Amino acid sequence: MTPDLPTIWSWLDEVPDPEIPVISVVDLGIVRDVAWQGDTLEVAVTPTYSGCPATSVIAMDIETALHDRGVRNVKIRTQIAPPWTTDWLSDKGRAKLAAYGIAPPSPAGGPEACPHCGSALLTRVSQFGSTPCKAHWRCDACLEPFDYFKCI
Amino acid sequence: MTDRAALFEYLLRLGDSTLILGHRVSEWCGHAPALEEDIALANTALDLIGQTQMWLGLAGEVEGAGRSADDLAMLRDVWEFRNLLLVEQPNGDYGKTILRQCLFDAFHFELLTELTHARDDRIAGIAAKALKEVTYHLDRSSETVIGLGDGTEESNARLQAALDLLWPYVGEMFAADAVDAAMHKSGIAPDLAVLRSRFDTRIDAILTEATLTKPDSAYAQSGGKTGFRHSEHLGHMLTQMQWLQRAYPGATW
Ligand SMILES: [Zn+2]
Repeated sequence: MTPDLPTIWSWLDEVPDPEIPVISVVDLGIVRDVAWQGDTLEVAVTPTYSGCPATSVIAMDIETALHDRGVRNVKIRTQIAPPWTTDWLSDKGRAKLAAYGIAPPSPAGGPEACPHCGSALLTRVSQFGSTPCKAHWRCDACLEPFDYFKCI
Repeated sequence: MTDRAALFEYLLRLGDSTLILGHRVSEWCGHAPALEEDIALANTALDLIGQTQMWLGLAGEVEGAGRSADDLAMLRDVWEFRNLLLVEQPNGDYGKTILRQCLFDAFHFELLTELTHARDDRIAGIAAKALKEVTYHLDRSSETVIGLGDGTEESNARLQAALDLLWPYVGEMFAADAVDAAMHKSGIAPDLAVLRSRFDTRIDAILTEATLTKPDSAYAQSGGKTGFRHSEHLGHMLTQMQWLQRAYPGATW
């Protein structure tokens, strides 16, 4: 029997992002479309950053997860337009990021609050961080460093 | 030159400039003056190499001879590269690296902004993707140039020396030739004269704030984007970058 699309989406929502495993690839907003083409399931994936090394791992993880659920033919299509934006992060994903200690993106260009203590007294340490999608900040209240998910 | 040949050349120029600068910047990996700078440079290099994959991937498609982005990057020799001379210049000290980055970013930002309206969806799509990353690069490089230029006597002197050395490579970015004209005519590439005036406005503001003096010579080196004459540095770089594919042809991960 062919699984319906809502079921497929719920499966994909269980595939973790390889670099920030608390959120799923669906939370990240990179799965743009899922459709059956005959007996092949086509999944459109938009890369976050063009050189992000996680992109090929993500494609492999999605394929593996679907194969494990019995979907035999999976085709991953890379879709670059429109470009990925942090507006596509789900609300669930944003909440999970904050709980994990990563400040979610904010259009103001910097974090709204320290993910540890909630203070708004913050200093930017570096515009870049441990992965292309993050920057490095420090809280001036609790003095803890933290990652900020860059807003693009 | 056919339209397809001109498009292929144009895509090589885009992809080769991001490739060569990406590789140059990656040479700092593990050697930058501060950990944060090391990470910033590695991330910038990663973006540029990612953009290269898209540009050279499309170039291979347009050429139609079965060459992949990897083939184009790793199996061509110096005279087949179409990158700007600016990006092949050695890293020098940190001041020179960041000033080179700022000059390229300011050009790259204006170019990509225009290419998002290209009359070719593939090019417009890649440009829109790359522009988001390059906006961030320009933010950082211009901020750092201002910080170092308007910094200590030592940092100011180094930035000024870098500017004097690199300025003759600025002109090539805006010098239109037959390929640029053909691409402009087919609604893909922007008018480089318009780009130049936007670049000048931005760079003038950055240099003023950085208390640096723009050299008043209009002399421009050329030969990179046409492949007519690269500087000696490119060949040395390729021996590093292409070593593995040259020594073990067809090797894969
Ligand atoms: Zn705090």
